[in-house]
Amino acid sequence: MFASRCWFSKISSFPAVAASGNACNLPKTRALGYHCRHFSEPKVNGNTMANYSTNEFKSGLKVMLDGDPCSILDNEFVKPGKGQAFNRVRLRNLKTGRVWDRTFKSGETLEGADVMDRTMEYLYNDGEFWYFMEPDTFEQYQADAKAVGDAHLWFKEQEKCEVTLYNGTPLSVAPPNFVELEITETDPGLKGDTAQGGSKPATLSTGAVVKVPLFLSEGEVIRVDTRTGEYQGRASKS
Amino acid sequence: MGWQPAATLDRLRQRAALLAHVRDFFCGRGVLEVETSLLCSSGITDPSIEPLRVQCGQSITGTRFLQTSPEYAMKRLLAAGSGPIYQVAKAFRDGEAGPRHNPEFTLLEWYRPGFDHHQLMREVADLVLSYLGTQPVEYHAYRALFQQELGVDPLTAELDTLQSVARAELDVGGLSGDRDLWLDLLMSHLIEPRLIGRGLCFVYDYPESQAALARVSEVDGMSVGHRFELYVNGLELANGYWELGDAVEQRRRFVADNQRRCVAGQNEQPLDEHLLAALAAGMPDCAGVALGLDRLLMLGAGCEDIRQTLAFDWSRS
Repeated sequence: MFASRCWFSKISSFPAVAASGNACNLPKTRALGYHCRHFSEPKVNGNTMANYSTNEFKSGLKVMLDGDPCSILDNEFVKPGKGQAFNRVRLRNLKTGRVWDRTFKSGETLEGADVMDRTMEYLYNDGEFWYFMEPDTFEQYQADAKAVGDAHLWFKEQEKCEVTLYNGTPLSVAPPNFVELEITETDPGLKGDTAQGGSKPATLSTGAVVKVPLFLSEGEVIRVDTRTGEYQGRASKS
Repeated sequence: MGWQPAATLDRLRQRAALLAHVRDFFCGRGVLEVETSLLCSSGITDPSIEPLRVQCGQSITGTRFLQTSPEYAMKRLLAAGSGPIYQVAKAFRDGEAGPRHNPEFTLLEWYRPGFDHHQLMREVADLVLSYLGTQPVEYHAYRALFQQELGVDPLTAELDTLQSVARAELDVGGLSGDRDLWLDLLMSHLIEPRLIGRGLCFVYDYPESQAALARVSEVDGMSVGHRFELYVNGLELANGYWELGDAVEQRRRFVADNQRRCVAGQNEQPLDEHLLAALAAGMPDCAGVALGLDRLLMLGAGCEDIRQTLAFDWSRS
């Protein structure tokens, strides 16, 4: 195991986490994309990326635009019967998360971006970086706060995360859609209140705060949808 | 392999009903149905339309082109004295694919000797309304439409003005081009969406540079091409002309098209000498229009994607 047992205390000493608490309305981090650094030597990528013409643009293709890696979301061919053909392309800037439409003359080309999605295991946080490991190669990557964004609220040791690499370094990290985490702090559980609506805030082992039903107590493990930050139920097994 | 059709069987029945409706419409008006060749010995010079080529086969000497519309052949029939004619024909345009385009599609094209573009617009409206049911109908001169929707005069505005109108509302990056490119951008990206929900919108009298095969004359002191387009709820459905009948002027436009092709690095196209000879022999004054039949079916059946109207779209054919 790479992670130390006291990883939680390490994390909670990290100001970004201590200040967190907005568990609701969490954006899906993968969509955001951030800056990053590699854990080991930066990978020098000698690959020259292919150029893609507008008629090859399709959802999921990663291209370089104005110096930033972007993901193509949609590509609409716009052409008057007589007249210039255009492609109206919806893109997401993988560094800033911005989504917008850019119009190209049909036939224009863009360079492909060296962007790859990898499933990696979350290892630990050292107060500055979050560490991930590629399970096949054991290669480790470090992601900084920009790459991680709010996703760290859902990182659990040995859980699989989707790490987006740009030129070999983490650009963004998406947690699994569902994680099971322990409640570390909440008001005492109200017995006999199981049938009632009502909710209360509960702090989880990662620092995330989610709304939970009144009957839950500290030490219980719950299942959370990381895309919405919503409580899904008690974990099947704690 | 996905062998199954793209369209539902219900949609194919709707297509058959549309074809029957069209034939009934023209039969009632005494317009003759004709068929012309799909594989032609010359293509089209228009730089914005690229034909598909067939180059192999014992019957092929040189190159044959799959027609991009039956226009030239039908004009030869008109010159031969056919009188009013219509055709339902497959047309092919290279590189045109998307929710509103398929490289192979069906055109309904017809010609009316003695009509000008205003009379033909009314007949187009009759046909479309008889199929789609009652809808509002608007007629706008191209110039007035730009002034009304974008506050810019498309015939006199400087290139910089057209660019800044576009850039104020669109991200176009480093897009560059001539006036027509910017006018096409404004039309397709800013004006078309404003025609949604307005029923049939005819736009007529285009800038001279976009006259294509329409005759040109002066309106309010400006030369305009007597061409029209029909948009139905923002979907471009038909393109028509008060036809150019002058063989000399037609040759000049073909040559100018090829010069623009050269500048843009496109293949030059052989001129259709058959058409030029027919015009020289004398084609009656007429107006003609090409209407996208797949798109009319999209409108009638409420489809958002042209593939839903085709038995087999490009990827399945």
